[in-house]
Amino acid sequence: MNDPVRGSLLGVEHMDASEILSILKLARGMNPLKARPLLRGKRVLLLFYEPSTRTRSSFEVAAKSMGAMTTLVLSSGSSIEKGESLLDTGYTLRAVGADVIVIRHPHAGAPLLMAQHLDIPVVNAGDGMHEHPSQALLDAYTILKHKKTLKGLHVAIVGDIYHSRVARSAIHLLSKFGAKITLCGPPEFLPEIARGLAPGLKISRNVEDGLRGADVIMVLRVQKERLAGQKISLQEYIARYQITMPRVRLAKKDALLMHPGPIIRGLELTWEVADCPQSAIVEEVVNGVPTRMAILARALGKAR
Amino acid sequence: MTSKSQTGSLLIKGGHLIDPAAKMDRAMDLLLRDGRVAEVAHPGKLKGADQQFDARGLIVAPGFIDLHVHLREPGQGYKETIATGTAAAAMGGFTSVCCMPNTSPVVDSPEWVGWILHSERGAVVNVFPIAAATQGSKGAVLTDFRGLQQAGAVGVSDDGKPILDNAVMAHALRAGSEIGFPVIQHAEDTRMTENCAMHEGPTSFRLGLHGMKGSAESSIVERDIRLAQEIPGARLHVAHLSTADSLRAVRTGKKNGVRVTCEVTPHHFTLLDSDVNDYDTHRKMNPPLRSEADREALLMALADGTVDAIATDHAPHAPHEKIIEFERAMFGITGLETALGLALTRLHHQHKIPLSRIVELFTSGPARVVDLKGRGTLAVGSPADITIFDPRKKWKYNAAASPSKSHNTPFDGWQFTGNVGATIVDGRIIFRSVGRDSVV
Repeated sequence: MNDPVRGSLLGVEHMDASEILSILKLARGMNPLKARPLLRGKRVLLLFYEPSTRTRSSFEVAAKSMGAMTTLVLSSGSSIEKGESLLDTGYTLRAVGADVIVIRHPHAGAPLLMAQHLDIPVVNAGDGMHEHPSQALLDAYTILKHKKTLKGLHVAIVGDIYHSRVARSAIHLLSKFGAKITLCGPPEFLPEIARGLAPGLKISRNVEDGLRGADVIMVLRVQKERLAGQKISLQEYIARYQITMPRVRLAKKDALLMHPGPIIRGLELTWEVADCPQSAIVEEVVNGVPTRMAILARALGKAR
Repeated sequence: MTSKSQTGSLLIKGGHLIDPAAKMDRAMDLLLRDGRVAEVAHPGKLKGADQQFDARGLIVAPGFIDLHVHLREPGQGYKETIATGTAAAAMGGFTSVCCMPNTSPVVDSPEWVGWILHSERGAVVNVFPIAAATQGSKGAVLTDFRGLQQAGAVGVSDDGKPILDNAVMAHALRAGSEIGFPVIQHAEDTRMTENCAMHEGPTSFRLGLHGMKGSAESSIVERDIRLAQEIPGARLHVAHLSTADSLRAVRTGKKNGVRVTCEVTPHHFTLLDSDVNDYDTHRKMNPPLRSEADREALLMALADGTVDAIATDHAPHAPHEKIIEFERAMFGITGLETALGLALTRLHHQHKIPLSRIVELFTSGPARVVDLKGRGTLAVGSPADITIFDPRKKWKYNAAASPSKSHNTPFDGWQFTGNVGATIVDGRIIFRSVGRDSVV
């Protein structure tokens, strides 16, 4: 076991504010259409144990636009199906010549485990319910395109926070910069123990209270199957927590509406909300590419 | 079990003898002869033994008994064997261990109990098998308690798998009451803990892991005590009790005259759920490390007598079962060699629990739980099982040097105050870290 190699990105929790700022600064200098070939000759291994559209394609585009070679390994159709362990898959990809491994995994902590046993950087592209650091970084990048600073910003995070790695990473990041965070959802999706994640977190069971005066509304996906067997029914969730236009209007006029995707229109938010003028949902995806360019450049020591 | 060779006599001189069963706590010499305690006398009175053991500055106690170990045989010899597990027990100062039946196959027949007890297994300390309470530990059909007892089992448990069905549990308690068998329950409502990898709390939330609620344990403990209360003579033993609510239930049960006993592990009185840090699988066990309030309650109950025994739940696993994703890693850690060090360092030196109480938790307490007649005491005529320890000696645990086949411990490299000086089984010194024999 070793310390993760410098340049690894495993989670926001243990990052310094200065590290985060340097990635965001680097991202602002990245242009996927006019990128310098910083990663020419580098091999980026994308190891995905879970389905992904945005994260996978955006890491791939980010890598390729800087001249890297990318190889995609999916758990289905690989030796993983034959029972190969995570670490053995990691050793194999290292032996094949990977310079960095970008991993998405259903188990929390899997990227850290890999990083503790490999001599190349590992980038967490989402691990179980734990963290999704590149999403938090691209969200910060997006917010800062519209707001001067994160400090003092009122951010309402609404939906299934318990199951959300996006929420955990966002909460860590925003609280490091002094944002005022209100979490909003039913106890099934937002247990009281969530309070311990960062100092000063507010919990609201009433979506109207949570949204009032917000600068940023972050909506999280709600999976129908996760409501099965819970006290709260689908209808009740929609009635109490769905983000509708009247609810959006409780926030500040210039509030930003965000969602990491995939969105389920008609469940956690309405059709109108997804496409409203304040919606940054598509912009988040756009910003994912330069952010991930910065993450990969940093991982491979090209962060200049 | 160890062979009953004639061992001659051994005089343990100059030590401080603690025998809670005999309410003895003073400087005494002890003569062992032919595998039995022959004489206990004031210092300097005994003479003429084949061998002498200089115990000056040391505590001489009845041999320690561990109610809860996994020796992994039959079937899982890659994790541990009866020979390697009992060698680790000897190093830890244990002269007797009770081994759990969740092996492959499950020890649910008199034949398998006999197999464990066969001398070919190479045990170096006494082994007392706990047999499965239900066939295959499937929680449905009871095993043949009487036959298991005759073969040498000392209790029944479906450890690792709780008996959830009320009727089956009541039936087990009743069958146990007829022959004086304790039913040992791993109290966990598994319907509440599916996919859970640790205790539910701020740390499980931070790590994105599903957490086990304390109530998944205490609800079963409460139910079992209710059932035991209704069955005259029923004996219930709560394995590795870990929450404040479970303790409350045991305390109330004892007050109401229910024959309920419980054990606590060293890791539960030492570590907290927050010590899981970032997915340390050597801190993943079941029951999981709990909250600070739970640990405080355990420390209180260890001091005040509510807890009957310290048991290790020694659970060896191979690297491929532990150095993997946290959620996939097996539950359990090794514990035989660090139990006394943790008890002395944490309970005695840090929390000021007297040595006599700690010795009780390792000796007469567990002996009573499974009725190991004559053991857990130094009364004249009892088996010559002795644990000698130095409560002040500082040492550092090195897992790599362990005789156990597995090294899945969170305590590797830890410093302890208080260590095992010698382990004596049947009058023979099977492990010693101090001095030399002096032949008279």
